[in-house]
Amino acid sequence: MSYKRLVSLLVLTFGLFGASFFAAAQGEGNKSNTPNEPATAAEAKPVKEEHKLDVAKVIFGHIADAHEWHLFSIKHEGGEDTHVSIPLPVIVYHPTNGFSMFSSSNFGEAHKNAAGLEVTESYKGYHIEKGMMKEHIIADDGAKIYDLSITKNITSMIISVVILLWVMLSVGKKYSKNGAMKAPSGFQNFLEVVVIFIRDEVAKPCLGSKYKTYLPLLLTVFFFIWINNLLGLLPGGANFTGNIAVTACLAILSFIVMMAKSRKHFWSHLLNPPGVPGWMKPMLVLIEVASLFIKPMALMIRLFANIMAGHIVILALISIVFIFAAINTTVGAGFVPVSLAFTIFMFFLELLVGAIQAFIFANLTAVFIGQAIEEPHDAHHEHEHNIDIVM
Amino acid sequence: MNIMLVASGSVAAAGGAIGAGIAALGAGVGIGQIGKGAVEAIARQPEAMGDIRANMILMAAFVEGVALFGVIVSLLAIVL
Repeated sequence: MSYKRLVSLLVLTFGLFGASFFAAAQGEGNKSNTPNEPATAAEAKPVKEEHKLDVAKVIFGHIADAHEWHLFSIKHEGGEDTHVSIPLPVIVYHPTNGFSMFSSSNFGEAHKNAAGLEVTESYKGYHIEKGMMKEHIIADDGAKIYDLSITKNITSMIISVVILLWVMLSVGKKYSKNGAMKAPSGFQNFLEVVVIFIRDEVAKPCLGSKYKTYLPLLLTVFFFIWINNLLGLLPGGANFTGNIAVTACLAILSFIVMMAKSRKHFWSHLLNPPGVPGWMKPMLVLIEVASLFIKPMALMIRLFANIMAGHIVILALISIVFIFAAINTTVGAGFVPVSLAFTIFMFFLELLVGAIQAFIFANLTAVFIGQAIEEPHDAHHEHEHNIDIVM
Repeated sequence: MNIMLVASGSVAAAGGAIGAGIAALGAGVGIGQIGKGAVEAIARQPEAMGDIRANMILMAAFVEGVALFGVIVSLLAIVL
């Protein structure tokens, strides 16, 4: 696109936006000059208050886990909105009543109760309380229950696992049928490039000769995180990797492998750092032990923060249109091209970030495992130096 | 003292917003330095462009991760 056309496009966009603000200002001026229509004003007020825009609720509603998979809502003038959602099974364990399993559609709509909390009606002795960022199933009699429901995140995880298994097993079948003698075809091409990249850039440099034991773990972690990041970007997708419980489990997995395979050499270096003057050792040991736990925690927070922040930014950019539309419809419509341009840019960035964060998680897992299984350097042995990425 | 307690919600929100801004500042400076180093290295040795680009993106993701730690803390300051 030539420079002149780009300039005309920008002038058109900002001119439309500016003109709609100008028109809105004129409209406001006219309204305040003619206050002699109390009837229509009274009619207009209840409609506006019912559709009051709660941006925080919209954004956190998309980010948080829920017991139903909410797809979209259809707004009706002066009435209840129709919520289109897929109800998911609720499985709760009550200490005295035992297991209960039912569909979450039995709970019905949530409304504010006397204390100002959003609660649903009771069903079989349970009800849902919706907080700002998550919702809980609470027993009516206040007992501590164990919520083992299939929530939106768990359903998304099951879907991603099914997709992963289907893709990987079908490609694996091609190898078991044809062996390594036939040229790769179809999806095999892409997968070979990625697997060889992980093997040569991540596994071999960090793990040395023992990379074959850990390559399945690294590949699983990489593809699992990557596909969940991608699924979370779809409209109506669940925010799986942007949930700190999920990333905590992934980090704990890496930590367990790190600890299980650690060698005496690793612990002796940790608790008795060589070449350090005696008076500095206690302080250094404290820092080393702290860093042992901080490394998986950083893994957890890095993935969680990147994905959640990306989702929040995209949702906020789209919500800006509705915030402006609540002031004046023309302003909202005028802002749509700007918001859409930013949102498309953010989506591309999120695609990149999703892939990069999956790679970084796998890479750092490989680095930490490599540090744990490191052999002592003998004087007459030639060892490959690992890539040390210092935290 | 009374005024501070009454307004503590909005002061927390202001603190959170300023914290997020400072985190973005840190990320901008850090990633800018990474970009500067990478571009200078490519200028010195254009045939290493692929390696340098891969390392630049990796380092940028690390720095951005640290900036997002700060964003999460700011979000907690506003919400909690």
